[in-house]
Amino acid sequence: MNWVGLAGFGLVILSAILMAGLAFLRRKSTPAFREIPAFARLRKAIGQAVEEGSRLHISLGRGGLTTPQSAAELAGLEMLRRLSELTAASDRPPVATSGDGAVTILSQDALLASGQAALSTGYNATPARLTGLTPFSYAAGVLPVMQDENLSANVLMGNFGVEVALLTDTAERGNTSTLAGSDNLTAQAILYASAQDPLIGEELYAAGAYLKARPFHSASLTVQDILRWLIVIGILVGALLKLAGVL
Amino acid sequence: MKLRGLFSAVIAIATGLIMLVGYFVELPILVNLRITILNWVIILAAVALFLGLFNLLAVHTDKIRSKEKGGIYSLILIFSLLTTLILGLWLRPDHALMALIFKAIQLPVETSLMAMLAVTLMYASIRLLRRRNNLISVIFLVTALLILLGTVPLPFVGNVPILGDLIRPFIVQVLAAAGARGILIGVALGSLTTGLRVLFGADRPYGSDPSRGGK
Repeated sequence: MNWVGLAGFGLVILSAILMAGLAFLRRKSTPAFREIPAFARLRKAIGQAVEEGSRLHISLGRGGLTTPQSAAELAGLEMLRRLSELTAASDRPPVATSGDGAVTILSQDALLASGQAALSTGYNATPARLTGLTPFSYAAGVLPVMQDENLSANVLMGNFGVEVALLTDTAERGNTSTLAGSDNLTAQAILYASAQDPLIGEELYAAGAYLKARPFHSASLTVQDILRWLIVIGILVGALLKLAGVL
Repeated sequence: MKLRGLFSAVIAIATGLIMLVGYFVELPILVNLRITILNWVIILAAVALFLGLFNLLAVHTDKIRSKEKGGIYSLILIFSLLTTLILGLWLRPDHALMALIFKAIQLPVETSLMAMLAVTLMYASIRLLRRRNNLISVIFLVTALLILLGTVPLPFVGNVPILGDLIRPFIVQVLAAAGARGILIGVALGSLTTGLRVLFGADRPYGSDPSRGGK
């Protein structure tokens, strides 16, 4: 193993130890997070969906689980599962759209596992939908869902590209709120301009902590902060060493 | 049911650990295991794609059967899907007719959607100030405008001298690159902790989660 691989492995092990330790220490305490308006509005939309009998739409993007974008898809799936649990008493289950076969199967699984009352009565056999495999066919397949399904909110979480602008525009025209996050930089810039509640950078991965705040989720945010500070110190030390002519 | 959830979690965590350790530690047994699991994943992903096609068919068949709005589009979609599938299986994907279908239908449709994006984004940037009227939004729009003016030659003027030679490269190569790297570091850290949560079994994007009383 070369030194880069060794450093990477060390980073993973350090993160795992920190996360396990912090989760154990915080198992009984209630964590406090900085306020992200997007999540506060999402909680309102969840209540509205249950009271009005409208639906939530969770779009998981077009990334796959065997691609480097899998972490964004996993974050989206966790969000879907949590939202599905929170709206379990609703007359209408959330609808999930994705652009990958495996993600579609997992999203169907997440919806069924959450104990959705509406699904157990056979309301809708296909709440999880594969809408298209290429970026624009995916977006074209999602648009009718956003227009015709009586939605109260759209949650776009996963891997999106520039096509996400078409989705946020449709949501805006339908007067539904949109919480959106992507791991793609171009999509993040577009979301900043077009979405009501954009999630920038790692906020996409913090959704689990904000919606359920279990010990592992709050611990993972602290681990991210610790690692970020380590990287900042590393960059500063590197710059100073370069300036001094050591590197 | 709870046992099934536990069983799937054990398999997922064990597989994840083998993949992770096999990536960093080059022990022959781990490397072989990793390659075998990767091959399984490729096969399973292909099967999942096929199941996804059935999902697409089921959704649109339901639409036609229940006479929902836009049912005619569902009919066109099913017809196109089955025609392309049969032709692809019969002629093979590298046949000239398959290339023609892609170039004459898929490509122009996707390109026209891409072109629509230009209008959509312009409209979104106009609405940005109405939605979030703050300093950051103003900086965002001014930066976008400067980059556009510095990139595209203007009619009768050509390239704008200082903007194209000095300001645009400074924004793109210094400010934007630094900001992009910062965001990418955040995304990488988020990916790492998300992966670890799955490995710890705290996030379970598969099966039921007995700790939450899932079914």
